[in-house]
Amino acid sequence: MTNRRGIWAIYRFEMARFGRTFWTSLVMPVITTSLYFIVFGSAIGSRMDEVSGVPYGAFIVPGLMMLSMFTESISNASFGIYMPKWSGTIYEMLSAPISPLETITAYVGAAASKSIIIGVIILATANLFVDVEIAHPVLMAIFLVVIAITFCLFGFVIGVWAKSFEQLQVIPLLVVYPLTFLGGAFYAIEMLPPVWRTITLFNPVVYLISGFRWTFFGVGDVPVEISIGAVLGFFAVLLAIIFWMFRTGYRLKT
Amino acid sequence: MAAGKRQGMDPIIDIRGLTKTYAGGFTALKGVDLSVKKGEILALLGPNGAGKTTLIGIVCGTVTPSGGTVLVDGHDHRKEWRAARSRIGLVPQELSTDAFESVWSAVRFSRGLFGRPRDDAFLEQLLRDLTLWDKRKAKILELSGGMKRRVMIAKALSHDPDILFLDEPTAGVDVELRRDMWEMVHKMRARGVTIVLTTHYIEEAEEMADRVAVIRSGEIVVVDETRSLMRQLGRKTLTLNLTEPLSEVPPDLAEWAPRLADGGHELIYEFDTKAEHTGVPSLLRRMTDIGVGFKDLGTRQSSLEDIFVDLVHKREDA
Ligand SMILES: Nc1ncnc2c1ncn2[C@@H]1O[C@H](COP(=O)(O)OP(=O)(O)OP(=O)(O)O)[C@@H](O)[C@H]1O
Ligand SMILES: [Mg+2]
Repeated sequence: MTNRRGIWAIYRFEMARFGRTFWTSLVMPVITTSLYFIVFGSAIGSRMDEVSGVPYGAFIVPGLMMLSMFTESISNASFGIYMPKWSGTIYEMLSAPISPLETITAYVGAAASKSIIIGVIILATANLFVDVEIAHPVLMAIFLVVIAITFCLFGFVIGVWAKSFEQLQVIPLLVVYPLTFLGGAFYAIEMLPPVWRTITLFNPVVYLISGFRWTFFGVGDVPVEISIGAVLGFFAVLLAIIFWMFRTGYRLKT
Repeated sequence: MAAGKRQGMDPIIDIRGLTKTYAGGFTALKGVDLSVKKGEILALLGPNGAGKTTLIGIVCGTVTPSGGTVLVDGHDHRKEWRAARSRIGLVPQELSTDAFESVWSAVRFSRGLFGRPRDDAFLEQLLRDLTLWDKRKAKILELSGGMKRRVMIAKALSHDPDILFLDEPTAGVDVELRRDMWEMVHKMRARGVTIVLTTHYIEEAEEMADRVAVIRSGEIVVVDETRSLMRQLGRKTLTLNLTEPLSEVPPDLAEWAPRLADGGHELIYEFDTKAEHTGVPSLLRRMTDIGVGFKDLGTRQSSLEDIFVDLVHKREDA
């Protein structure tokens, strides 16, 4: 027996929370995307013309989407579970007939929904500046969804782990943002000197961005099979962490 | 649903050998046995840190027990947690609510969380009963503390539970609201809801509870019906208004160990109602013999508070 109504209640609650900041959530990605295009696309891109056979303006679109989705997913999902912990309202979830898995489904589902919406908004905004053709639309959609869910799971883990607002911010800021920036969001790995190219291959984000870009242009830094493997592997690792956390009541129950 | 009739011997909650040692190594519960009867109001009394909140937390699922079992209407609260939890509503000690939610969406959320289908009529009645209906559209952060507490009660009742846990429902609540709260608790009991509450106000337990359990340092010290507890452990005080004030207790009365009050105008004698000889007739006789006259006399039953203080201190001394 699944508590579907319970999942739906949390999902709705979370979506309503996003809804309260609807315009900021909606306008922010439009503005940042436009700024990126003005700076990178026009100022720099006009001197770069093509990367891996793709016009630079279009080339940065997948990276831009990933960058926003990583940060949005992590911050929304971590905040979503951290708030009840911090304010004490988590008592209700712990005392309700809802399982950990159902709770995660609701929180991660809501956060991922928001990330996907933002991803689509960025794509639409980018389309105002450049023509973006998507070579493999179905795969692109699957990538988008799986990556959104994966990073929301990651965010959820951070939210459960964090004991302070500072800890909540530290991983996105110190780990995810730099890794994404250095992960080929705005350039192709082949453009780097050989040593850096090797070092960069240790950055897991490279595989995600490369795979996502492949679904757009059919070219990537690494073969798409490896990217798919990386996405699924990342997903599996997070699921494992979450199951371990809940089995042990980690940091939620005393 | 005649509550009175259902209230029988069968426990709706059965707690056996419950222990809890917190991560820091502190043992908050040392083997608690307690049953709660269907339809009753049980008051859990105990000083700060006695383990009341811990006990409630374990039954409700917010705290993991270290050992022991809890059956909620026959369902093991860990193995059959869904069945157990769906019967229970919890109002925790701390006021914690989602500040930006409206009252209405908060109670709707709680009902959904417990897996119950949407029922606006039920929720409307609930909010009316708690005089929150006018505030249904208000954000919770706009409400006063007492109203917030009522919202928490509404949330706890939104899924129509059979058992309600109220952890200090009247802490920091004014006299009027406390009266309202008592009335509400009585109403719920009349509807057949079993209620377990904790409080530091003894008068509250005396007023509301069918039974009282006293917990101290993680152990249940006594569980009994409120009235019989008072009868058994109750002490009475005899107050005599003297015709002539005394400066000190006459040596002839020393064996009763009375004390003087009100500047020597009153002689007070405490006696045990359980004792075979209360000592009252002999005291009065002796007073007549030595010529200490009195205009008036009265006796007072000691309150649950006296009993409680007595109990807690007795154990401390032991
Ligand atoms: N999370 C925790 N970690 C460690 N110790 C705890 C924790 N929660 C409670 N305790 C300890 O367990 C004991 C019992 O606490 P509990 O909250 O159950 O008491 P209480 O009877 O509800 O007290 P009060 O009347 O103050 O609410 C206390 O000594 C408390 O310090
Ligand atoms: Mg307490």
